[in-house]
This record gives sequence, C-alpha cells and structure tokens, in this order.
Amino acid sequence: MKELYYPDWQIRRILREANTIAMVGASQSWNRPSYFAMKYLQEKGFRVIPVNPRAAGEEILGERAYASLTDIPDKVDIVDIFRRSDQVGPIVDDAIEIGAPIIWMQLTIRNDEAAAKAEATGATVIMDRCPKIEFGRLSGELGWSGVNTKVITSRRSKRIRA
Amino acid sequence: MTDNESKRPQPPGFATRAIHAGASPDPSTGARNVPIYQTTSYVFDDADHAASLFNLQTFGYIYTRIGNPTISALEEKVASLENGRAAVAAASGHAAQLMTFFTLLEPGDEFVASRNLYGGSITQFTHTFKKFGWTVHFVDPTDPENFRAALTPKCKLIFLENLANPGGIVVDMEPVAEIARAAGIPLIVDNTMASPFLCQPFDWGADIAIHSMTKFLGGHGTSMGGITVESGRFDWGQNDKFPSMTTPDPAYHGLTFYETFGDFGFSTKMRAVALRDLGPQIAPMNAFMILTGIETLPLRMARHVENAQAVAEFLEGHEQVAWVSYAGLKSSPFNDLAKKYLPKGAGSVFTFGVKGGYEAGMRTVESVELLSHLANVGDTRSLIIHPASTTHRQLTPDQLVAAGAGPDVVRVSIGIETVEDIIADLDQALNAGARIATSAAAQ
Ligand SMILES: Cc1ncc(COP(=O)(O)O)c(C=O)c1O
Repeated sequence: MKELYYPDWQIRRILREANTIAMVGASQSWNRPSYFAMKYLQEKGFRVIPVNPRAAGEEILGERAYASLTDIPDKVDIVDIFRRSDQVGPIVDDAIEIGAPIIWMQLTIRNDEAAAKAEATGATVIMDRCPKIEFGRLSGELGWSGVNTKVITSRRSKRIRA
Repeated sequence: MTDNESKRPQPPGFATRAIHAGASPDPSTGARNVPIYQTTSYVFDDADHAASLFNLQTFGYIYTRIGNPTISALEEKVASLENGRAAVAAASGHAAQLMTFFTLLEPGDEFVASRNLYGGSITQFTHTFKKFGWTVHFVDPTDPENFRAALTPKCKLIFLENLANPGGIVVDMEPVAEIARAAGIPLIVDNTMASPFLCQPFDWGADIAIHSMTKFLGGHGTSMGGITVESGRFDWGQNDKFPSMTTPDPAYHGLTFYETFGDFGFSTKMRAVALRDLGPQIAPMNAFMILTGIETLPLRMARHVENAQAVAEFLEGHEQVAWVSYAGLKSSPFNDLAKKYLPKGAGSVFTFGVKGGYEAGMRTVESVELLSHLANVGDTRSLIIHPASTTHRQLTPDQLVAAGAGPDVVRVSIGIETVEDIIADLDQALNAGARIATSAAAQ
C-alpha cells in the first residue's frame, strides 16, 4: 500500500479553518481514546458533535449525541471516524450526503476505496491520522511528551487557531 | 494525494536536527536557546484543566518529576536523531534501563542479553534486577543464533550493545532483530558507544534504543543523563506478553496505554508509571548541558573516530602492546561488521593489551599525563582506565574475560584533542609502565 503523506500546511489549514467536528464513534467512557480526543479538541475551540447510536439523545462532554451523521441539524466541517477500516464505507456515504468538506479517519484506519469515492465528490480525505495528535504535533504540545513532532522552525509561534 | 506527494520535502539533515529538533524558540519569551526551566511545578488554568492533565487527556506539564520543558526539548531532539517516535529521559543511563525494563517486565519474566556489556549493566541485570523478579540469560553475541537458543517462553525482550563497552565488539544486529521479531518481543539496543551519529539501531530492526547521555551525547563529561527512545513500530498487541501495554491499567482508572497512545504508547507508559513512581528524573540543568552538547555531536563524533583510528593504528605497532581490539582496524575480527553498521567510524572507545599483564597495565594507566585516569567514556578529553581493577571489578574472573576486561586490558576513550599529543602521551606512558613493572618484578 502506498504510504500516506499529508503536508503540514494542509493539516494546519484544516485545523485552523474548521469549527465543527462530527465524531463518529465518540464514547461515553472517560478512559476511551475518542473521549480523550473529543475533550482535547473542545479545549482547543472546536465544537465536537458525538455520533454514537448507543448514546443518541444523551450528552457526552456537554454535547448532544446523534445516532447518525444524517441526524445532525448543524453544518459539519470535519467528519472524524473512530471505526474499523472495514466499517468505514457507509459512514463515508453519510458524510458525502451531508456535504462535509473534510473526512478524517483516525489512526490505523484507512479505506482507500471509500476515500476515492469521497474525493470524487470534491471532499478532502485524511486517513490514519488523529486530529488531536496532529493539533498537538503542529502546535508543539506533543513535544511536551517527548514525541518527535518533526517540526523544525526558527519561528516563535506555532499557534494554529486565533 | 499524488499532488502532495510530489511536493514532499526532504527531511532536514542530521546536523540540522542536532541543533534545531525540539528546540524552537520559547513561545512566551522568544528566547532563542532552550531556557533552563528550573521549576518543580506548573499552575493549572482551572480544576478541569488539572483533571485533564492528570487523566493524560491533554498535553502539558504538572510536576517536573514527570515532565519539564527543558527535558522534553532534549527528549524530542534525541527521538529525532534516532529517527524514533518518542523518548523519555532519565537521571542516568542506568535509570533509563531500569525504567525500560520496569515498563515491560512482570515479576517472573526473563530476558536475553549480550554478555558483552558495560560492567555496570551486567551487575544491574544479574543482581539488582533479580530483586524485581527478572531473570537474565547472558549469551555470547558473536553468533546471533545464540540469542535464539537462549530464548524461553518467559523471555520478553532481547538486549545488546551494538558497539560493546569496553571490547571493540560489534554485534550483528540485523539477524538478532529478526530473531526478536519471530519471537514477538522487542530488540533493545544500548546505542551509547556509537551515538546516533555513527549508528541508528532502528534502521536495523531494533525497537527501542537506550543511551547513557552521560557519554557522547552530552559529550563534555559534565552531566549525568539517560534516555529511552521508541521506534513506534513495535506491535504490543500481537501477543499477550505485554499486559502493561495492552490491558487496562488500574493505576490509571482502566486506561489502556497502547490503544490510547498508539505508536508512542510505550513512552507514555514509561513516563506515566515508571518515571512517576520510581522517580529518577533528570535535572533540568543537566538536560540543558546535554542539549548544548548534542548541538556539536556530528562535529565531535567525526573527530572522535578520526583520532581513535589513528591512535589504534599507532598502538598496534607499539612494542609494549600485545594486541588492540578496535573494530576500525583491518586486523579486527569485527572489521566487516563495523563497515556494515558503523561506516563513519567504529567509535572511540576501545581496549588494548599491555605486554606484562596486570602490573604493566596498571602502571601504564598511572603514568599518563594528558589522558585522564577515570571511570567514564565519551568526553572531549581522552580517558584511560584499567577495567579489571575498576569498572568491571564486581565481575568474576570468567565474566571479566568474557566481557573483554581481562587482567592485561586497558581501555581508552579517545577525545578530540590534537591527535599527536594523545599518541605522544600514550607512548611515554606505555614505556614508563613497562619500566616500572620490570623493575618491580626484578626486586
Ligand atoms: C554502554 C553503557 N551503557 C550504560 C551505561 C550506564 O550509564 P550511566 O552511567 O549514565 O548510568 C554506561 C556507563 O558507563 C555505558 O557505558
């Protein structure tokens, strides 16, 4: 399989311009990775709308959860998918239906077929990346945990959002 | 994607990363060099922020025992130089080793290690690790198959020094990595003697690299430090050998580290549990000294190996010298392996045998005037020691010979002084040592 590559400027632009993230597979349990990501992205100023049939109608981190993407009444900028690669297809179909401009599959998740379909409609697709980790990496925060961000810069500010 | 691919930039070179990785200007002050954050603790924005930090849900500093901005700059820099995913620093190389093993092993677990290690590591593994319930099986590393033969079902890792201290021995890492992979366990390489400038163990299949930063990384003999780097490529979930990575951690309310932190899950676990609970954090001041040292690592290492090669060649022709064990010499049985794994040079620490054995060896070491007689390696200064009576004296006579530290062995760490001066001092010390030993024997 071809190695995925997304330039830093592209990820940075997405994270700067997007405001609303629909998180498919957001968990109600505080010790699940999706909960970690949701909480962090909220702290960074994103509105995160959980999509989880089992939690539909209930709240996660102060946001009402929906059963599916198509139930969300608001405009969605990013669909962030926490689902196994082989279960991504129908979710991407929904994301295309609601006109989400960015479709983002989490770390270890990749479905080239679904991605090609979405890209054909003009959507941007990011796979096998986590928006929390990418935000932390490009803002320098990930380096606080000794992680190799691969960001080399002589500039003072790595701020992503105003 | 295809469009982007064509614009993929060349990653910055080693010397650029040695200076810049992890060390962008301080965002709040604009300070160009990494400041020494001499603080124990960090304020929280509010109770929720504090909760997020303690739950590991957000990135940030709580208390210097588990993280500090000067230290994390160092961690990111070394992770970058090793082409690794993440790193955790420690107060010393030994502390890094302890925390690495503590993160992976349960009481009753076992591991296989090369017998050609720094003497302190042999002692740590044999005696101190026993108290944690871990059992080591030492093997002769010169045949990679020895590692496979020693593996038991309880073995959770393989450990070796690719360029061994003190012996000038180069281990054939690639097949050993293959043996570890087949067994579903990580290969851990102590890369102290080579430094990432001379060798990058992840290129050869290693999963974790450890350094005593006290040595070449710091490089100036000023500061103790250790570090563990993870490649990010080991699949901790492939078997049930690593419950600390793959099962919910009761000390973190059921958090599963590998699932939550993925390719830096090992480092996160090592920091959140081993560093938190064992406590051997490096001091920010020492991290700063080592950061400064690393900026010149490429320049220093190039000179270290150039000088070492010249000194080794000189010693090989000296009439008081019985043998020289330097992998950069054509006469070394490890010369081919050195060409493969250490193409820029075979390090600057090696041993030689003094004719006249224990007495002549000790007297030579006592006769130096420029080289320093002390128990360290990887300094700008040239260093010399007689391992059998110092660093390796805890070992049995058999272990001494096996570890390359027999009675006639002298170890040198060649510094970056003017090479003619190093050679002249060794020449006079060898002649003086022989004179003293002969006249002592005559009396
Ligand atoms: C190869 C090697 N590994 C580990 C260590 C231990 O490091 P430290 O002295 O920083 O604890 C040393 C120290 O001599 C060493 O030479």
